[in-house]
Amino acid sequence: MAQATETRTPYEYILVYREGPVGVVQLNRPEVLNALSPDLMGELVDALEDLDQDEAIGCLVITGNAKAFAAGADIKRMAEASAMDMLQIDQLARWDRIRKIKKPIIAAVSGFALGGGCELAMMCDMIVAAETARFGQPEINIGVIPGAGGTQRLTRAIGKAQAMELILTGRQFTATEALAMGLITKVTPAELYLEEAKALANEIARKPAMAVRLAKEAILKSFDTTIEGGLDYERKLFYLLFASEDQKEGMQAFMEKRTPDFKGR
Amino acid sequence: MAFEHLLYDVADDGVLTLTLNRPDCLNAFNDPMSFELQDALKQAERDPKVRCIVLTGAGRGFSAGQDLQSRSIGAQNGGTPHLGESIRKRYSPIIQKLRTMEKPVIAMVNGVAAGAGASIAFACDLRIASEKASFIQAFVKVGLIPDSGACWLLPRLVGMGRAMELAMTGNKLDAATALQWGLVNRVVPEEKLQEETFALAQQLAAGPTRALGLMKRAMNHSMTDDLEAFLAYEADLQEVAGRTEDYTEGVSAFLEKRPAAFVGK
Repeated sequence: MAQATETRTPYEYILVYREGPVGVVQLNRPEVLNALSPDLMGELVDALEDLDQDEAIGCLVITGNAKAFAAGADIKRMAEASAMDMLQIDQLARWDRIRKIKKPIIAAVSGFALGGGCELAMMCDMIVAAETARFGQPEINIGVIPGAGGTQRLTRAIGKAQAMELILTGRQFTATEALAMGLITKVTPAELYLEEAKALANEIARKPAMAVRLAKEAILKSFDTTIEGGLDYERKLFYLLFASEDQKEGMQAFMEKRTPDFKGR
Repeated sequence: MAFEHLLYDVADDGVLTLTLNRPDCLNAFNDPMSFELQDALKQAERDPKVRCIVLTGAGRGFSAGQDLQSRSIGAQNGGTPHLGESIRKRYSPIIQKLRTMEKPVIAMVNGVAAGAGASIAFACDLRIASEKASFIQAFVKVGLIPDSGACWLLPRLVGMGRAMELAMTGNKLDAATALQWGLVNRVVPEEKLQEETFALAQQLAAGPTRALGLMKRAMNHSMTDDLEAFLAYEADLQEVAGRTEDYTEGVSAFLEKRPAAFVGK
């Protein structure tokens, strides 16, 4: 196992470290169950963009602690806000920058992933969850609706009927339910969620980087295009990869029955 | 936490004795007693000093089940009874907690265990019965189905045919037959009940508590997993067990040919 190196950073609300080719961002406001304040989100997005630029990193992991991945937005800050305040601050716009991250992101979830926490997990490309994890979009219970993609991403992930029930009742649901509905990738014993998320990240980080990046891009494209447009897009990316060194190496190694040595180019 | 209808007594050896304490009505469950039992189990789960739980009844019975006197919303009042709500709020959390709390729970069945009282004994990990004990799934006599998990637990404990017989006839099952059916682990003379039960409880309380808890998790999974999924889960759990202090101690003790001194961590 590669040595974890703590990056020296000015971050106040998150911890960032690198373990071999895996970059980990840990939300670190345990006293408020990692409530997603604008400052924390700002740091998170900065850290993700930083890791996305780092050539030594192949896959990212976002995690919280055993008790909470993230328990949602800072309700206290929003309680008295007017519509104009919300529009002017437009803090959720910052979340859009996560969509531009090119490397795969895995959410390693234990404990609560509620409201904004659930939405943050769903913005990631995969979710590995402890069997004790609890997901939910409880906004309806405080007079609003999900505002960081919950109505769109949950619906696309699990379908209309299930998403309606979960968002209109605001009830919490378990990792096992989430797995059965296709929202998450894997359920692990409570003690192992982070390790298994890192192991998955490690495996992906060792794949040819260009292919990983374009595969992620093509899969995400499927959510906002027609099947015809998506197939065309996929085909062009497929052809494009024949310009990469890793494609030559991968196919050569396959024919020579040896392990390929990918360079990430 | 102080309880009105329960005795909560933790001994220095790590054994918690939890006594249903409404002896005037054979420890029948009214609303407060069911909520107190929920709280007591949660408290026991969180308390690291508690390493084994003995659940028993005060006086001559274990528990007569639901107190029909106290079930306020009855058909006889002309209203529609809402038993589903009562089950969901009062009994289901007790059964869930008994099955999932990662500490061994022994039912010391000192006398009659009827209705939900029997179901609660079935949900414990082990049952030690006095010769005077008996089990009655009395629900059929008032036109109900066995609740508090009995129709899930019984077929697993005694097989479908015997489970059906108990449920459909509501006949009393004496301790000797319960032993023959495998419904209880041991039957002992009334005057030996405490001695035998606490000897076993002390043995479990001195055991590797984390491993005992993981065994419960594994056996719960075995009820729903296929073999392939189960073996994957088992490997994960053994990974967790292998990291406990008690495993290190257990191996050292074995190599040094001395009894292991487990601490439950």
